[in-house]
Amino acid sequence: MIPVCRLEDLPKGGSTRVGTSPPIAVFHTDDGDLYAIDDTCSHQDASLSEGWLEGCLVECPLHAASFDLRTGRPTCLPARRPVRTHRVSVHEGVVHVHLAAEEGSAA
Amino acid sequence: MRTVTVVGASLSGLYAARELRAQGFDGRLVIVGEEPHRPYDRPPLSKDFLTGRAGEDRLALTDAEETAGLDAEWLLGVRARGLDARGRTVLLDDGRAVSTDGVVVATGASARHLPGDGLAGVHTLRTLDDARALRAELTRGPRRVVVIGGGFIGAETASSCAALGHTVTVVEAAPLPLVPQLGTEMAAVCATLHRREGAELVTGASVAALRGTGVVTAVTLSDGRSLPADVVIVGIGATPSTAWLAGSALVLNDGVVCDDGCVTSLPQVVAAGDVARVGGTRAEHWTSATEQPRVAVTNLLAGRTVEYARTLPYFWSDQYGARLQFAGRRREGDTVRIVEGETADGVPADDGFLARYERDGRTTAVLSVDRPRAFMRARRELARETERTWPTDGPARPAGDRDRTAGDRVRPAVL
Ligand SMILES: Cc1cc2nc3c(=O)[nH]c(=O)nc-3n(C[C@H](O)[C@H](O)[C@H](O)COP(=O)(O)OP(=O)(O)OC[C@H]3O[C@@H](n4cnc5c(N)ncnc54)[C@H](O)[C@@H]3O)c2cc1C
Ligand code: FES
Repeated sequence: MIPVCRLEDLPKGGSTRVGTSPPIAVFHTDDGDLYAIDDTCSHQDASLSEGWLEGCLVECPLHAASFDLRTGRPTCLPARRPVRTHRVSVHEGVVHVHLAAEEGSAA
Repeated sequence: MRTVTVVGASLSGLYAARELRAQGFDGRLVIVGEEPHRPYDRPPLSKDFLTGRAGEDRLALTDAEETAGLDAEWLLGVRARGLDARGRTVLLDDGRAVSTDGVVVATGASARHLPGDGLAGVHTLRTLDDARALRAELTRGPRRVVVIGGGFIGAETASSCAALGHTVTVVEAAPLPLVPQLGTEMAAVCATLHRREGAELVTGASVAALRGTGVVTAVTLSDGRSLPADVVIVGIGATPSTAWLAGSALVLNDGVVCDDGCVTSLPQVVAAGDVARVGGTRAEHWTSATEQPRVAVTNLLAGRTVEYARTLPYFWSDQYGARLQFAGRRREGDTVRIVEGETADGVPADDGFLARYERDGRTTAVLSVDRPRAFMRARRELARETERTWPTDGPARPAGDRDRTAGDRVRPAVL
């Protein structure tokens, strides 16, 4: 379980990158949900935390592949492979990421 | 339409094949490609592939499952050498002829060469085979590399060579590289990147000759200077691959001339990607090659132009650890200002910057170095604006009407 930041520092519509290896992107959607996925786009080499968040989809800033934050699956080309998803929780106002590998549930 | 033939089995050709099936074409689909390889992605060739960070498996654009789903006849390793006057037969180099009802021209572009570049050690970088050969040479120990041409391919290749520890000199004919693409101010900023990994940039210098017997040993410049070289990379641009269309009914002028909907002078022949001059401009960018096929296929299946390819030009480039992203249509005389981030002494700061090009108070283009989020926002705004103001002056102009403009043509930087 990795502490990310205080919830109030991650406003709705915002995202942040956790410098784990591999890095993880955490999103706070406009609807108030929190999601975490691997930060590196499965297509080539761009940081998804820098992407365009719209609902539950994030668009990659390099070639515009779009990923569903709930499943990690790409919804359009050029990405063809999913990114891993990670569980997020909030304890005492702090956002935490639970690495998929730690929980043995790589998406 | 019972048979459609896609000529060119790379980025645009594959996207066209996908669109044909996605848009309901269930007839015979023939894909002709000169290279023996299945469709692969070119941008990584000058970047992660050359440095060894990405292997060939990372270049593939498609997999067995998708290939099966496309249900196409792949004729690979064979060149199309002609299209009959009615656009109904594609002639192949091996003597075969494919009768067809529709054609997608997606033959892209090929690297320009220099006279006398048959010497060993002299390379161009356009294809996987080019990249394999260059990579093999670069893994044999430290080399003196001279890159001719400071455009995107030249700069990326130079950057990769420098990252591999080679001694690199970039020769550029103009006073600054990338001026046609970025304008003087931003070109000057980006030129400073060469120094980052210790590559030397020689500007205002044109190449007189490549020296050597059998193997290249030096590049001589027209001012008499001689640059010793073990490896020379010629990066002086690319020419649209239209030679095979000579004698066809298509209008050729630095590309296959198309209307705004990628339709050529024959309604059953469309073109997309690097080879296509769409509505007066030809782009050599990955994004146009992936976006144009959708419109081209829609119009091909409709039998006339019912949709326009009105996307905003976009390209990116990775060099010397920096990521450049550019969108829009810059013109000579646009003013440019940095609106986010900064440059320090004319060098991009570590957290990059976003620059806007403006004319008459409107943004025409945006450039960022290492500022993807800001760039994305600006690119979207610009796309919305372009969509709103895009020609309201009636139907698409016919092919051939506007083929006289120099458009975005970029002349080779040397010779
Ligand atoms: C090294 C490199 C790096 C790049 N980096 C970037 C980048 O960072 N950003 C960016 O935006 N763009 C980049 N590009 C440009 C991008 O790759 C091209 O715009 C894109 O590949 C164009 O796709 P295309 O299908 O139109 O043409 P191509 O990719 O050129 O494919 C055309 C295909 O047609 C085949 N062909 C040609 N003639 C015939 C014939 N007569 N018969 C049968 N087959 C034929 C060719 O063999 C080729 O396989 C780069 C290009 C290169 C070479
Ligand atoms: S790197 Fe994300 S779409 Fe290409």
